[in-house]
Amino acid sequence: MDRNLAHRNRRRALKTAHFIGLFLVMSIICIPGLWIVLNSFRPTVEIMAKPPVWTPSFTLDHYRAMFGGAGEGGVPVFSYFRNSLIVSVVSTLIAILIGMSGGYAFARYRFKGKSGYFVGLMLFRAVPGVALSLPLFIVFARVGIIDTHFGLILAYVAMNVPFTIWLTDGFFRQIPKELHEAAEIDGCTRWQAFWKVEFPVARSGVASAAIFAFLTSWNEFALASQLTRSVGSKTMPVGLLDFTAEFTINWGGMCALAVLMIVPALVLTFIVQKHLIAGLTFGGVKG
Amino acid sequence: MTEVTLSNVVKKYGKHQAVHGIDLGIHDGEFVVLVGPSGCGKSTTLRMIAGLEDISGGEIAIGGRVVNDLPPRERNISMVFQNYALYPHMTVRENLGFSLKIAKRPEDEIAKSVTEAAGILGLDELMERKPAELSGGQRQRVAMGRAIVRHPDVFLFDEPLSNLDAKLRTQMRVEIKKLHQKVGNTIIYVTHDQVEAMTLADRIVLMRDGHIVQVGTPLELFNTPVDTFVATFIGSPPMNLVDGEVSGGTLWLQGGIELPVPSSARSLVRNGQKVRFGFRADNLMPVGHSVEEEGEIAELDLTVTLTEPLGTETLLFAELGGLEVQAKMFNPRPVAPGEAMKFRLMLDKTHIFDAASAKAIRG
Repeated sequence: MDRNLAHRNRRRALKTAHFIGLFLVMSIICIPGLWIVLNSFRPTVEIMAKPPVWTPSFTLDHYRAMFGGAGEGGVPVFSYFRNSLIVSVVSTLIAILIGMSGGYAFARYRFKGKSGYFVGLMLFRAVPGVALSLPLFIVFARVGIIDTHFGLILAYVAMNVPFTIWLTDGFFRQIPKELHEAAEIDGCTRWQAFWKVEFPVARSGVASAAIFAFLTSWNEFALASQLTRSVGSKTMPVGLLDFTAEFTINWGGMCALAVLMIVPALVLTFIVQKHLIAGLTFGGVKG
Repeated sequence: MTEVTLSNVVKKYGKHQAVHGIDLGIHDGEFVVLVGPSGCGKSTTLRMIAGLEDISGGEIAIGGRVVNDLPPRERNISMVFQNYALYPHMTVRENLGFSLKIAKRPEDEIAKSVTEAAGILGLDELMERKPAELSGGQRQRVAMGRAIVRHPDVFLFDEPLSNLDAKLRTQMRVEIKKLHQKVGNTIIYVTHDQVEAMTLADRIVLMRDGHIVQVGTPLELFNTPVDTFVATFIGSPPMNLVDGEVSGGTLWLQGGIELPVPSSARSLVRNGQKVRFGFRADNLMPVGHSVEEEGEIAELDLTVTLTEPLGTETLLFAELGGLEVQAKMFNPRPVAPGEAMKFRLMLDKTHIFDAASAKAIRG
């Protein structure tokens, strides 16, 4: 009886400790985000107040200023948003198409120097993007694609392809080759077998690769800050810098733009999330 | 008419040769089982017939048409895979109808064929489920259903039962045999399990190291194995093999045991020839517990080392010239290890193999 009780108490204590630990970690992750969202709705005086004001007031001034000033010498939010959207969506689409073909090839076909290529791709991932910014800048400037959507898309595709290949390769590898063989015997061409059987089964993997590629492009700052300079091509992370003047930083405006950046990414993740989980329930093949 | 003919079929992977020029003719409606230890080339052969592997040499014809360069979809075959390979994102109904849908058959025809196949295999209740929601036996049935829906010329089975537990395996074995009796198509079936081969096949093709060792009905392989490999592979328990030497009309087995050379082999063996003497457990029985048969009989005194009661019979392990041989005891009584017993060996049911070539010596 006593031992039962002691055992139960210990489990309860462990569980509590577990929760406290989780809470601490999650706080570290979430509080900065929360801080940004809250500050976007507070007057600047309150953001800067020392000691901090614990009961926040609510204002939409920063949003009004951001959207209102868009046309009149303020921060051109809509252009930045459009640039970000174009660059991220197009580069993600291309990276996924290339990544899917590449990942499928690595997973299904044998060819000379296969592991060499693969290691090469992974090594490419190990190079920090910033290290490439200067060479890229020079090359892009010479070719004349600096400060264009095309240039940035090119850079992001190059950055994302190794990752999408790696991820989709893993997913296609999980699909037994008998599935496409069965489809071929059932009357499919190799191409039909891929589209009608293997692709739907690997959809979750492709979706997760896509969302990672999208978020990378959407949030990327270092390269974009080098390769873009005008309103016509600057993306939102770079646009955030517009809120810093020589001596002041417009925290409220910056937070408002940051929220504008977070929302689409959040929405997209929620949409795709279902696929990420649902697609992982395999079962047609007993392994 | 769908004969399948393999002439001098070769498969090479780089320098490694997996299949060494095999010849095989399979009749219309025949149930042929390719059997052999793993790595013997049986699955590779099946996959070449299916078109999933290229053929490095030779010729494969299905129904008189050479199919060497045809992709799988143009060979009019269906295949059941070891891991079933059901499409996980489709329901059972969609799985069954997939091939017809690809062939762009009209909706009502697809529905009719699918219902018919589901009826044959008892799948009606499961039509709206996904493969993940099915048990192993049900998945197996869906895989078979997917194969019969399109009325192929030839069915190919690649170790379809090895993922099932023992009880289900026996049950599905019966279903496959019934299916063959019902649809009557040519079936080529690959397995490494000799029991499956024996029970299912019209003809067994026993393979080893990319060669065909023997082709014949199950009883031919059982009763007249061409060499020691066939003798030990087919039949359970495997045939007992004891080394020996012929001297006059006498066979000296290892450990100094003396037996008369069976009369059927007497004219075929040379004096001084080294042989391997083979007999099945069914033909070595304790006196008083044997199936009474007429014929040449030799008596042996052996010591029992181990017993395996199986109900109607008990398998006895006994020592013979330092070797453990297996015997069968019918109408069993309890036997203690270490007990000495008198055994009857049915000499006319024994086999003699040449020790050097391992080939059977038979008239």
